[in-house]
Amino acid sequence: MASIASTPVVLIDLEAERQMRTGLLLAAPAILLILVFIVAPMLAVLVLGFTDFELGYGSFRFVGLENYAELFSDRTFLASLRNTAVYTAIVAPVSLLLGLGLALLIESEPVGRSFFRTAFFLPVASLLVAMATVWQYLFHPSIGPINAALRLVGVAGPNWLGASDMVLTSLAIIGIWQSVGFNMVLFLAGLTAIPRDLYAAAEVDGAKSARDRFFLVTWPMLGPTTLFVITISIINAVKVFETVKTLTEGGPNKASEVLLFTIYREGFVYLRVGYASAMTMVFLAVLVVLMIAQYRLLDREVHYG
Amino acid sequence: MTALQLAPITPGRALRFCVLVLTAALFLAPYLFMISTAGKAQSEIFTSSLSLIPSEPHFLENFAKAFSRVSMPLLLWNGVIVCGLILAIQVVIAVPCAYALAKLKFPAARLMMALIMLGLLVPIHATALPIYVAFDRMALLNSYMALVAPFSISVFGIFLFLQFFRSLPDDLIHAARLDGMSELGVVMRVVVPNAWPAITAFSIFSVVAHWNDLYWPLIVVSNQAYATPPLGLLFFRAAEAGDDYGALMAATLIITLPLLAAFLLAQKRFVEGITMTGLKG
Repeated sequence: MASIASTPVVLIDLEAERQMRTGLLLAAPAILLILVFIVAPMLAVLVLGFTDFELGYGSFRFVGLENYAELFSDRTFLASLRNTAVYTAIVAPVSLLLGLGLALLIESEPVGRSFFRTAFFLPVASLLVAMATVWQYLFHPSIGPINAALRLVGVAGPNWLGASDMVLTSLAIIGIWQSVGFNMVLFLAGLTAIPRDLYAAAEVDGAKSARDRFFLVTWPMLGPTTLFVITISIINAVKVFETVKTLTEGGPNKASEVLLFTIYREGFVYLRVGYASAMTMVFLAVLVVLMIAQYRLLDREVHYG
Repeated sequence: MTALQLAPITPGRALRFCVLVLTAALFLAPYLFMISTAGKAQSEIFTSSLSLIPSEPHFLENFAKAFSRVSMPLLLWNGVIVCGLILAIQVVIAVPCAYALAKLKFPAARLMMALIMLGLLVPIHATALPIYVAFDRMALLNSYMALVAPFSISVFGIFLFLQFFRSLPDDLIHAARLDGMSELGVVMRVVVPNAWPAITAFSIFSVVAHWNDLYWPLIVVSNQAYATPPLGLLFFRAAEAGDDYGALMAATLIITLPLLAAFLLAQKRFVEGITMTGLKG
């Protein structure tokens, strides 16, 4: 009796143990690589941020919070934080609104839909370093087509990438051009997912104009998409690097110094690894705050009903 | 659809259409100028920048210059090798791990999920410094190894496959086990063939991300022999220094074309791959 009753239990134990072993075996390479390339480097950055480590020097010592104290009196770093914030404050909202606007226009116009979608998405799939080079030509103060066109209508165009009060705007234009298509596609997907009968119901309820229907149905129903687009747009704008490295190297006069570029130069050109690690921690803190904000909002605001 | 296309043309609709056409023209303008400038002689670039059609085509001359200054075939080849290796290793590592998390019970699973969530948050920009220092110590800089290794693990890939594998019916897997397949056999002969949509989307995401990445190659490669397309273009610009926009646009065109052509051929899949995997980098 006892032996019969215990047989299934033994089988289940065996099966559980087998699953445990195979599971670990199948996941082992991934776990190992995560430890080597993500966890260990993260801990290393955290520790290095408290040292004066420089590549090429044999020894280093712990300096406590000195790097962080230096950061907040470092004018280049402060300019870099401010420029990144300004760039993000232009690119994220404009590319969001433009993406939404284009998605609504494409949705309402049956002719040429796939053409427009392709045209706006093309920059997303293009090599940014290459297209930045094209923009450099378009922005060229004397031979560039943009200023040539402005001259035709009698306006003296600015020195787009060369003037310190224009350079962030110019970079933002490239950033917007590059990211609108991405947002548009996400919004198009969001729009298709809205049930048609909601619009009919809204009309019955007295939402006569297209504007009423947008604010009564479309906008609330797009809530989750919008929140996702906001987060992605901000995070990608904070990570701006390619255009700055290719076109301005942070100039003129540090007017286009941005976070990742400052970290890059400090860490990989000047080789001040300890100091650059402290900067990296600040960069990471920004990303964490953005993520937490997204989860909070997701919990609170985007429920229908 | 056709009924809609034949819908009456109202002033509002005409206006909307005009806005779309104008905006599309603005978005496409950089490509038009890239192609047109790649065909212009130096003198023409300086005199008439607004005409799109070169008065005397200089395409051959500019392309020849582009090819002679930096080895374009080598750049493209490096791009193919690096992206191919990264993708192959990512899939081989991520698929079994995602399968184990989705379909097997094992104690490290919860820890694993925590690691994946952490990994999703951390971009290469945050881990680059220590990895660079380590590669420098091991004399690994300027190699394919340095370009590929940090991306051998894609937590995003694991995350994506995990979602997909969870929806695979358990019966399918039980049946395969009853047929005497090992777990690895189940992964290769049952799970992978059923996961092509997820693998395709991930492949496009991964290739686009790494083909375009400048940050990491810039850090670990200073030798032109290992330059990827974006880095090669930077070298080309540095060597150029002047305003030879004809040759520069020709080089730009060559380097942009492969991915653009792939996009135009498989648009739907590209859009899916890039957007369903929204979290870049």
